[in-house]
Parts: sequence; C-alpha cells; structure tokens
Amino acid sequence: MAFITASWNPLGEAFYRKTELYDMCWSLKDGLRDSLVAAAPYGGPIALLREPHRRSPSSRPQLEIYSASGLSIASFPWKSGPVVQLGWTVSDELLCIQEDGSVLIYDLFGSFKRHFSMGQEVVQSQVVQAKVFHSPYGTGVAIVTGSSRFTLATNIDDLKLRRLPEVPGLQGAPSCWAVLTQDRQTKVLLSNGPDLYVVDNTSCTAVVPPGLSPQVGSIVHMCVSFSYKYLALFTDSGHLWTGSSNLQEKFSEVDTKVRTPPKQMVWCRRPKSQQPSVVCMWDRLLLVAGVCNDTIQFPVDDQCVCVGELDGVRIISSTHQELLQEVPLVCQDIFKIASMAPGALLLEAHREYEKSSQKADEYLREIKEQSMLGEAVRQCVEAAGHEYDTNTQKALLRAASFGKCFLTDFSPDSFVSTCRELRVLNAVREPSVGLPLTHTQFKQMTLQVLIDRLVYRQFYPLAIEICRFLKIPDYQGVSRVLKHWASCKVQQKDLSDEAIARAVCLKVGDSPGVSYSHIAAKAYECGRTELAIKLLDFEARSGEQVPLLLKMKRSQLALSKAVESGDTDLVYTVVSYLKNEMNRGDFFMTLRNQPVALSLYRQFCKLQEQDTLKDLFNQDDDHQELANYYVSASYREKRLETRLSVLQSAVDEYNKAKNDFAAKVTEDEMKLLRFQRKLDDEKGAGLLGLSLQATMEALLALGLHKQAEQLYRDFKVPDKRYWWLKLKSLAEKEEWEELEKFSKSKKSPIGYLAFVEVCMKSHNKHEATKYVSKVTPEQKVKAHLAVGDLEGAADAAIERRNESEMAAVLSRCSASDRLLMDRLNRAKASTAKK
Amino acid sequence: MAAHLSYGRVNLNILREAARKELREFLDKCAGSKAIVWDEYLTGPFGLIAQYSLLKEHEVEKMFTLKRGRLPSADVKNIIFFVRPRLELMDIIAENVFSEDKMHSSRDFHILFVPRRSMLCEQRLKEQGVLGSFINIDEYILDLIPYDGDLLSMEYESAFRECYLENDQTSLYHTAKGLMTLQALYGTIPQIYGKGECARHVANMMLRMKREFAGSQNQILPVFDTLLLLDRNVDLLTPLATQLTYEGLIDEIYGINNGYVKLPPEKFAQKKQGEASKDLPTEPKKLQLNSAEELYAEIRDKNFNAVGAALSKKAKIISAAFEERHNAKTVGEIKQFVSQLPHMQAARSSLANHTSIAELIKDITTSEAFFDNLTVEQEFMTGVDTDKVNTYIEDCIAQKDPLIKILRLVCMQSVCNNGLKQKVLDYYKREILQTYGYEHILTLNNLEKGGLLKLQTSSRNNYPTIRKTLKLWMEDANEQNPNDISYVYSGYAPLSIRLTQVLARPGWRSIEEVLKMLPGPHFEERQQLPAGLHKKRQQGENRTTLVFFLGGVTYAEIAALRFLSQMEDSGMEYIIATTKLINGTTWIKSLMDRPESQAP
Repeated sequence: MAFITASWNPLGEAFYRKTELYDMCWSLKDGLRDSLVAAAPYGGPIALLREPHRRSPSSRPQLEIYSASGLSIASFPWKSGPVVQLGWTVSDELLCIQEDGSVLIYDLFGSFKRHFSMGQEVVQSQVVQAKVFHSPYGTGVAIVTGSSRFTLATNIDDLKLRRLPEVPGLQGAPSCWAVLTQDRQTKVLLSNGPDLYVVDNTSCTAVVPPGLSPQVGSIVHMCVSFSYKYLALFTDSGHLWTGSSNLQEKFSEVDTKVRTPPKQMVWCRRPKSQQPSVVCMWDRLLLVAGVCNDTIQFPVDDQCVCVGELDGVRIISSTHQELLQEVPLVCQDIFKIASMAPGALLLEAHREYEKSSQKADEYLREIKEQSMLGEAVRQCVEAAGHEYDTNTQKALLRAASFGKCFLTDFSPDSFVSTCRELRVLNAVREPSVGLPLTHTQFKQMTLQVLIDRLVYRQFYPLAIEICRFLKIPDYQGVSRVLKHWASCKVQQKDLSDEAIARAVCLKVGDSPGVSYSHIAAKAYECGRTELAIKLLDFEARSGEQVPLLLKMKRSQLALSKAVESGDTDLVYTVVSYLKNEMNRGDFFMTLRNQPVALSLYRQFCKLQEQDTLKDLFNQDDDHQELANYYVSASYREKRLETRLSVLQSAVDEYNKAKNDFAAKVTEDEMKLLRFQRKLDDEKGAGLLGLSLQATMEALLALGLHKQAEQLYRDFKVPDKRYWWLKLKSLAEKEEWEELEKFSKSKKSPIGYLAFVEVCMKSHNKHEATKYVSKVTPEQKVKAHLAVGDLEGAADAAIERRNESEMAAVLSRCSASDRLLMDRLNRAKASTAKK
Repeated sequence: MAAHLSYGRVNLNILREAARKELREFLDKCAGSKAIVWDEYLTGPFGLIAQYSLLKEHEVEKMFTLKRGRLPSADVKNIIFFVRPRLELMDIIAENVFSEDKMHSSRDFHILFVPRRSMLCEQRLKEQGVLGSFINIDEYILDLIPYDGDLLSMEYESAFRECYLENDQTSLYHTAKGLMTLQALYGTIPQIYGKGECARHVANMMLRMKREFAGSQNQILPVFDTLLLLDRNVDLLTPLATQLTYEGLIDEIYGINNGYVKLPPEKFAQKKQGEASKDLPTEPKKLQLNSAEELYAEIRDKNFNAVGAALSKKAKIISAAFEERHNAKTVGEIKQFVSQLPHMQAARSSLANHTSIAELIKDITTSEAFFDNLTVEQEFMTGVDTDKVNTYIEDCIAQKDPLIKILRLVCMQSVCNNGLKQKVLDYYKREILQTYGYEHILTLNNLEKGGLLKLQTSSRNNYPTIRKTLKLWMEDANEQNPNDISYVYSGYAPLSIRLTQVLARPGWRSIEEVLKMLPGPHFEERQQLPAGLHKKRQQGENRTTLVFFLGGVTYAEIAALRFLSQMEDSGMEYIIATTKLINGTTWIKSLMDRPESQAP
C-alpha cells in the first residue's frame, strides 16, 4: 500500500501501471506456444487450440476453454477441419473459423450450437486469415481467402455475407489488415507493401495516412482501438504512426528502433485518457509507445497474449495475467508522491487519525480551508473504484467515510453504491469465478449483463446472492436467475423427471415472474415431454400452459387448462384447434367432458353452424334442447308442410324429455296452424302465423263466430278471456243486440262492470246503462260512475256505507251538485261516527 | 368535462384518464388522418370516455357507422374499425374492405376490438381473406366504464343471459380483468366477499390472476377496503319490481342509455316562441343525466313522491336568488350578482327540465293502470295469494297488455312463492302462448332456465322467511324523509342491498340461515397487502366498499346504496359496479328469444 506508486511507469505526463490479476490456475505444458488463443474482452473466457495445423488424424488437437482465471471449463479433441482463427461473440459463444470457410459455433461449455459458411467459393480458395470483430450490430467475421478476396459478415446472428471488391495488385494475403466500423459501415483497411487501401461494399480506395514519414517502405502491422476511433500503423522502418481511424488526423509517430514487425499490437486507452498509447509485443519485449513519443519497455520472458479492453490491456501469459493501464487521473492525484490534492490529504488525515495523531486535524483543516472536503471525499470514493487491491479500496473508502463525517449535506449515494459495486466486483474477480472486470468495464457492461454472464456460466448461487445484495426487484433479479437455472436443470440427463420436477419446484416455488411454461418448453425442446407436463402443472397462468400443451399434442389437457384460465377466447382457440385435429366423434366426446367448452361451442354453433348444434344435442340425448332447437328451426321454414314436420319432431323430443306441457302446446300449435291454413284456403282469412287469441279476434271480426267458438272449445280457452274477447269484439262492431244476447247466454265470468266499461269506451251510454244493474254490489259505485250517474253512485255508496266509495263519488262532484254533496257528506259523517 | 367523476370518495376520473391515455396511444399508432367506423353499440360507452374533440386532436376527421356495402368516401390515410368482437360484424367489415380495394388502394385499415380481441373473429377475417389487409389489429380494454362519481358499468348487455342460460362465462372473465385493472389503479382490495356461483368464479379468477401477476405488485395505498361480489340470481326479485325513485322511474318509462334519456318533446316546447307555436318539435328531447347537474344529483334518488316538494323548494330558492337583483345597489353588488348569473340560469333551466320530466312521469304514476300494477306487485312482495292464479294478471293477458309486463308479473309471483304450483304455472304459460303466440315457448324456457319462473318443488316456500329475516317489507316506509332503504320501492327493501347492509353491520354470520336459502355459495377471501400499505384509519373515517352486481343493477338499488353511504352512522361508503345497468323490462328483454330474428 505504501508503495503503490512503485509499479507506476511515467509516460509523458501520465503514468502506466501493471496490476497483477491472477496467477493462472491452469498448468499449460507448452505455454501458449504454437496455439491459437482467443480471449474475450470484459474478462471473458479464453479458448485455446493447440497446434491447429496438425493434420494427422491420429493425434487430434485439443480445444480447451478456460475462464479468465485459467479454470478449465471444457476440453475436447478437435475433430473438424483445420482452424484458422478462434473468436468470441458478444454473448460468450466461441467461433471456430476453419480453412474451408465454415464457422462452427460452440457455447461456453464446448457444446456445439450451429455452423454457417462464409461462402461457397471459399471452399476452393481457402481462408488464409480471419478476424472476429464486434460492432453495434453484434459480432462479425471477416476473412481473406487465398485468392485475396475479403468476405464480411457483420452480424453472425443475422447472416448476410458481403464479398468485398477486389484489391488491385494484391497477391495472397495482405501484409496486414484490420476491420473498421465507421458511419454504420464496416470496412476493411489493408496494406499491400507500401500501399494502404480502404475497401468497403462497393469500392476499393487507396489512402495515405497524413504525415507518414516518406522513408517508410511498407506497413507491416496495424491495429484499431477498442472504439474503432483510432488507428496505429507499424512500418518496416520501425516507426509507429498513430492517428484517427478515418485517416484525417495524425497524433504522433514514434521511432521504436525495432525493425521487426511486432507479434501483437493493441491500443491501450481509457475513457478520458490523458496519454493513450499503443502496446507492441515482440517475443522478448513489450513496448508501450505513448502518443507523446515517450515509451516504456517491459521485458517479456514468456509467450503472452494481449487482450484489448475498454480501459487497458490484459496480458495473459502461461503463468500470470496482468492488467496494463494508464493510471486514472484521480488515482494519480491521490497517490502521486507529494500530491497536495484534497483526496491525498484526506487519505493522509485518516491515516494520522488512525494513529491517533493530531496531525489528522491539521490535514483536515487544510482541506476545509480550501473548502475542498467534498471534493476530497469524492476523489477517494472514485479512486477506490479504480483500485484492484482490496486493502487499497478499504483504505480509500475509510478515508472517504471519515471525511464524510465533517460534511453536513453530502449525498451518501455514490459512497454507498461504490461500496456495493466493489463488493460485487471483488466477488466476481475471485479466481473461482474469474471475471476480472474493472469498475469502468462493469459500468459499461451494466449489472444486468453481468448477472446474465454469471448465469450463463452457471454461477447461480452467486448471481442470486448479488441480486439480493443489490436489492434488485425479484422480477429482474432472482427470478430471472432461477428461470435460467431451471431451464438448465431440465436438461440434466442423469436425473429422473420426478427428481427434476421436484428440485425445480422446490427452488423456484412461486417466485414472481418465473414462467413454468417457459421452463417446460425448454424441457420439451430437450425431448422430455413428461417432465414438461409435470412442470406445466406448477404454472399459475393456465393461459400460458395452453400453447405448449397443444404443441405437445396434449389437447385434452390443453382444453381443461384453457377452461381453468377463464379466458373464453383461449377456450375457443383450443376448441377450434381440436375441431381441426380430431374426428367428429372424438371431438364431441372431448367436449362432453368439458361442459364449459361445450357450452361455448354451442354458442358458436348457434351463430354459425345450426346443424352441428343439432348433432351436439343429439349426441348428448338432450331432448329438451333438441326440441327447442326444432321449435326455433320451424320458424325458418317457409313451407307449412315442412314446418309442421319440424314441429312434429319437436313434439317427439318434448315427449322424450318428458315435458308433457311443451309437447301438448306444440301439438296445439300444429293444430292451430292446420286450422289457420284451412280457413285461409276456404275464406282467405289471412290467419296463418297469428296467435290463437289473434286468430279468434280475426274470426270474430270477420263474423265467423262458429269457428271462433270452435277454437274456444278445442283449445280450452278460459271463459274469462273468451268473454273479454267477444265482448270487445262485439262492442267494436257495435253489434249491441248480439252483445245483449251474449250477456244473457250465461252468468258472465268477468262480471258486468266490464260490459259497462267496454260500452262506454265505444261511447254508447245507453247500452252501458243496461248492464249497470247487473253489476255486483262491490262494483256498483264504479259502474254508476262509469256511466256518469252520480246520483246512482251516491245511492249505492250510501247504501253500502262505504266511506272511501263516498269519497270517490264526492271527488267527481262539481259545484253544481251541491245537494248531492251535502247528502254524501252527511252520510260520511254518520258512517264515520259508527 | 368529467369533473363529476372526481367528486366522489373514489376519484373515478383516474380510470377514465387511463382509458383515454390508451385510446390516444392507439390513435397515434396509426399515423396520419383517420376515419373511424363505429360499431354503433360502442358509441354510447365511448362517449363517456372521450368526446369528439379528443378524437379530432388525433386527426380523426370522419366518423361512420358500420354497415354493409361500401365505405363512404373520405380523404383520409387510415380507416379504423372500432368494433365488439362479434362474428357478424366481421362479415360486414370484410365486405367494407373488399369493396374498398376496388376504389382506392392507399388507405390503411386498422381494427380496434373492444373490449378484447378474439381469436374467432380474427379467424373469420382470415377465412374472408381480409385479415392481411389490416395494419394494426389491437384491443382496447374497456371493461369498466365510469358512469358517475360512484358508478361503473361494463355495459355488457348479455351478461346475465350468457352466465345463467348459456353457461358462457366470458363476461365474468372480463369482470375479473376489469377488477384487476381497477386494483392496478386503486390498490389491492384487501377483503373480498361474495354470494353466488358467478361471484365465486370471479373471485377465483381474481385470486388466480393476482398470483400470476405476483411480483409486479403495485405499491398503491388501497382505496377500497372491501369488494362485494353479488350474483343477480341471488336477488331475482328486485329488478322485477317497478322502481319508484325519480331516476328509476325515468328509466322504467323512457329508458336511460349511457347516461342519456330521450323524452317526448311536447313538454319541452319553448313557450316564448310566440302564441302561434304552430309545430311542436318532433325530435325527442335528449338530456344527459348525471351528478354534474346539481339539481339532478339532489333528486335522482328520492322516492318520486318526494320529488315534487323538492322541486318546488328549489323553485323558491332560485326565484329568491333572482330577486336578489333588486337588493343589489352598489356596483360591487351588481357585479357579484352578474357573476352568479350563468350558474343561476343553468339552475333555472335544469329546474324547468326536471319539472317537465316530473310532470310526464306523474301522468303515468297517477294512472289507474300504474296503481293496479303496483298494488299487485306489492301484494306479491308481501306474500298475499302468491300461490293462486292472479286475476289482475289474467285480465292483463285478456287485454293483451305488453308481454314483458305480463312476464315481469308472473316471474315476480313465481319468485315470491319460491316457484309456482304445476297447475298455476301451466295455466300462465298456456295463457301467454295462446295470447302472444307459441313462439314464446322459447322465452318461457329461458325464464325457467334462469330461475325466474319455476315449478314449486315439494319444499316449502322460504321467501317469507327471507322476507322476515332481512326485513324486506317495511310497512311504514317514509317516502319523504326516508330512514330505511325500503323507500326506493315504497315499502320493499331490495334484497341485494339488505345483504350489503348486513355485511357492513353486523356481518353475514348473523344471517347464515338465510344465506343458505339463497342460491350459490357465500364466501370471504383476503388478499395480502404488501408491507407498509396497511391503511391507518383516522378516527371516524368511513370505509369504502365496492359492490359489484354480476348480471346487472337497477337505479333503485343504486339509490338505496347511495342512501346507505349518506347515512351518518353507517360508516361505509359504497361505489357501485355492474355488468349492465338494467330495469325489469330491459332485463326480461335480454332473456327473450325471438325465432324470427334468428332467420338468416
């Protein structure tokens, strides 16, 4: 800690440092010699293919996959063709580009995923060199063939091969080349002897880097920065030219004094870099050449691989892994010898404080006098984020915490989040996990992706731990991890369905947002249908279960799940699926076991398929519904004969349903129809379709009393209704004599008040009066009033000594009925007394 | 525009705003000028969500009614169909699209299904070969529509019929979804009570959906304390009875649709227009009825017999207010008077309108026919001679009164008698079939299936027990200054509301016996609230209950619940939700089958 600057090397104004990341866990017999090595940025995995060009079938090369810390993840003999290049995709998949142009994709665990080809013509001309690159569109592959043609695929997940135009004068592979992505276009920059070309989709343009020394013979190595913004060119004269990748600007040109082309060349920058540099590596030398023309030299005693990162370069050797980076400004401020930056003073203050020295106070005062305490805390917090060593982190954070005590309104957010994030980072940096992420990389990558990567590497407990520690909502955190875990679990071939289902249920329980149907779908994909069904049972959302069940041809189950969900549209979906899949008999049987589905299907048939509806009722022996069906069907028949026969079917069904009443009235209906037709034929009465009542009404209006009478008897029409009907009809036709005769035919079942009222309605007071006397005593008053006979009404009311009736009469009296009113009032009073 | 929605205990405007937001988002999805083709049924409910101005803001330039044939020409980029998911409508749309293609080719088609898209309909469009013509097929989830500050309706007309006759629980699924939406906006409802099969089904779906959405728990402090789900078939009696509140009578006589009523114009003729007002207006007078109108809010829930007094009191207040002008002496006073004028004039025209309506209704309520009908209803409700053929009904049939009136009465008698004796039942049925036509056998079947009409099984009539225990008949109902909910039917206290009332105090445990007599299970469920969302109730703060009527609710029942909310010592405020606002007539109508109309 005290010697933190011991590992710093000045480069121009800035410093570079190497931080030891790991003692590699692997033990490689032959180091990294003679191997194809691919290491992914952001602490990604390392793939190693030993002696890729060995072609003897007896000793196949071994493809090995390691974590960044060198833990073996997978290892298997390479059985396919000779490999030209290895590379990792953004989602940690391994690309193996073969000589014949086919690209094989493996997952992190060495299982083959899929393959694609870089084009038919490549099989002939063979891939000479290849590069894997990353762009905003995803991961791309670029190859150059023996016939000097370039082919690009900008996104391997959406494969579109682009063959670039020919480069004039190029024979075999170029001396060096790089892939650029600029302005949403992917291009290749290549050098052929002294010439430099940019090749894009349509053209090949010769370019000259600005300010390149004239004594340059040819460009022998080149590299593009992580962001594709900067370019470095190494010339055969040992000069390193740096500039912008659009070749508009030159930064510097450094004479490295080394004439041999470097083995590897990588940009080393960081966001807000003060002194960007290019790292060149030869067999025995690592040279950091700053834009300022300054250089740092490190001896190298082992074959190494350089991995360009967002904020530095990782250097992997067979035994060690180091991070070479420019020391972040804030760390420089704090740790630079004799620094007076507020952060440095605060760190010193806290150190003195821990020694119980009063100097602590002096330092603090000094910071406070400049009112820089807030800045000091901020510096310490930020610097802690950049430090890899946990002791240094702690020292800085403690100092920050100490400084915070003297501030009143300092937001603790950055302090708290840095503490949390560092804990997470320290945990994933552990060699057993092997993700050597810097804080800067972590921020760029986001927590979501980090969790995804952990999940992908199957560090489920750690991922869950982190989610809980950072209090990520279950939905995006723990649940997501569990979902991945379960999807992986169902693929374990050595466990029984039962065991897996139990294990999954135990762990996942009803964690919010975990979709069992999703897990089940995974199981089904792996051919474990039974397991899928077991898992689906845990799915709370029935609706979610249905599509998978249908896919698995468990239609019965799908139907009952659809019913369970209550979503009728879903039920319809399954029903219409079943209807197409099954034969009619099975289909009906299936529906029969699901009354809800059956009712819905009936609804559908009612609107769309009347005949099917009939079949359904038939199948269920639902005679009542079948009869109803016939009744409503009868109204759609135009011809009377068919109508009658359909109604007869209805009668039969009503009988079978033991609905005597309905059978009887339907028979009545048929009888009526036949009667109506007969009369229509005979007299043109136009009766068909009328109700019984309306028919009798029409008959009476036509004067066909006998026929009306016949209906009255045949259909057992209640006397009351018939009397009303006849009464009204006769009054309407003003057949008063007939009416009188009728009134005397027998005792009226509807009384005689009705006669009075109906006559009055026809404005025949004379006739009305005839019936007043026949009215029962209870209705006398009303009858008298109806004909406007106030005297009579009064007499009746008084006779009956009925107070309310007297009141009713009174209310009808006008001023001219003085005498009558007096009489009524007297009677009322005397009644009241009693 | 919809301020009245936010005055209540629960701000229902939030729901309306959420619905509007979704509508805007859909409209913006279809860039450019638009014409909307409406399923006519939807225009009413939509009017409660968004006026034309909102549509206009989003470039809706034309509106058409969905009908067969060719679409009217309109120079717009997008044609949007707003439709219910019904197969027959799909055929019309297909026809529209087909005839369109020959004319133009540049118009984009979209469909918005309300309230939900349906696989069947999309399949039908596919069969018709037009599915591919649609750029957007979307759904507009409009389950619960805010009708007033305390009233939500789904306007799902066929809910009762589907649930009880056809065993189709689509409406219940929508109900459950609607309640989930409501909970997303107003917080999880901690307590759920229910009575009836459908209620049970809805509660089950809600609990299931809650599990499905677990984790995305909302952190809203619950606005509702309790949800009460009631099946309409628990109380079949209430809607059959004639409503006697002001609003109830308007609905019974003229029908209120989506908050509007159409009235005969004669009484609303402008009297000032010269002596020789030659031609009276022939267009029916259309009025909006809701609590935004102060006077209406005051009188809507009164028993009609108390409306006259209220109106004349109001008249006095208004004319007194106008008299104030004589007292206004200083400029300041006059200014103040003038500033109140618009409000006063609105009040005066509102008073004029309601006076006219009251007169219209009075003409009917004072008629002998109305009185006789009411007398019979009340006899049934009090259990007088419910086991015999009723002479009044017989006479009405003989006079060929409207069939629905007959059916209402017969069903009422059946319900009050816990079914009719075979002889009585068959007699009524035969009378109806002979008089109104045999085709009505289907309707009678439906009524029997729905339980409105039934055969008395040997078990004894338990209606009297229910009536007595729940005090469904109050002899001394006070119409003017009510002290009990029975005022809404002048004596009869709606069973559904009694159940609600008892639930609040003293609780259903006290009426276990009666609950067992009523159909369907009764239940109680609790929904766990996230920690920290438990309400800390202020002293004397009322609790809020959402009462959901599955299968419809009448205005009189709503009035009764509002009455309970206003009672000082009830400690409970009610918000009402339903599948449909109904009255006996519309309800029975929805259960009728007309074979002719089914003809292809």
